[in-house]
Amino acid sequence: MRNPFDNLDKVMEHRVRLQIISVLVANDSYDFNALKDLLEVTDGNLATHLKALEREKYISISKSFIERKPNTRYKVTERGRTAFKKHLDALEELIKQQRK
Amino acid sequence: MSHNPDYQKDIESIRQMMERSVKFLSLSGLSGILSGVYALSGAALAYSILYNPKTPFDYANQSVKEITLIVQLLFIAIIVLVASLLTGYLLASKKAKKLGAKVWDPTSKRLLVNIAIPLISGGAFIMILLATGQFFIAVPACLIFYGLALINASPNLFDEFRYLGYTEIVLGLISAALPGYGLLFWSIGFGVLHVIYGALMFKKYDR
Repeated sequence: MRNPFDNLDKVMEHRVRLQIISVLVANDSYDFNALKDLLEVTDGNLATHLKALEREKYISISKSFIERKPNTRYKVTERGRTAFKKHLDALEELIKQQRK
Repeated sequence: MSHNPDYQKDIESIRQMMERSVKFLSLSGLSGILSGVYALSGAALAYSILYNPKTPFDYANQSVKEITLIVQLLFIAIIVLVASLLTGYLLASKKAKKLGAKVWDPTSKRLLVNIAIPLISGGAFIMILLATGQFFIAVPACLIFYGLALINASPNLFDEFRYLGYTEIVLGLISAALPGYGLLFWSIGFGVLHVIYGALMFKKYDR
């Protein structure tokens, strides 16, 4: 029998990364500060996790200026969306097995 | 095989993040009840202006045609609107503080844009109706555009708002078919329905 553990996404096993992807899947895009407020994490912590997701090409970044202040927005990529779905399926599978 | 009981928590946090990033949860049911009460008071005042002529000997049945009357009614409607928005904002910021969230976040901004587009189009349309003397359609237009605004904004609100939107539209259509009962339908749509839905939401989400 195949092991659902293998289907878990290593990058998304961290709670904050999983939360970031969840927010981006549910919204067109989200900016850094809004993510920080929503997830209640520090700047440094959030930046590290965003970098990890960017390295996997799960998210894309666009930088712009709003009223002369730098604004960084994040979007989930198709690759990220697919990985999220797969991870979600694996979680579901694992929970089902635990209940048995 | 390692046993990780945290999967359930992972799923919960996914759901919570998706909901909190999309839905404006700080809206208070109490503000719905209060805006309904404001609307009913406004309607009562409008009724007294329309149906109680100042001199007892003056039996002239006032219909909404004089410009001063229109301005008075419009003034009442605008005060009801401003008081409702202000109450909504104050109670939402109070609830946001309790939930540890911010009132002014991407969700509430999107909500505002989604609600403003049909509402401003409707407002402009109604102003044109009033300016060109087509008074009968003003109340149905208020209700229908308000219903459309609620439906348009409902993805960012509690699910119940969509049903409130449908109800307002149906009420608006009935009111269009029964001219002359504008004030009654306005009181039901903006007064009674707000009190009922506000009370339901208050019971469900503010406890």
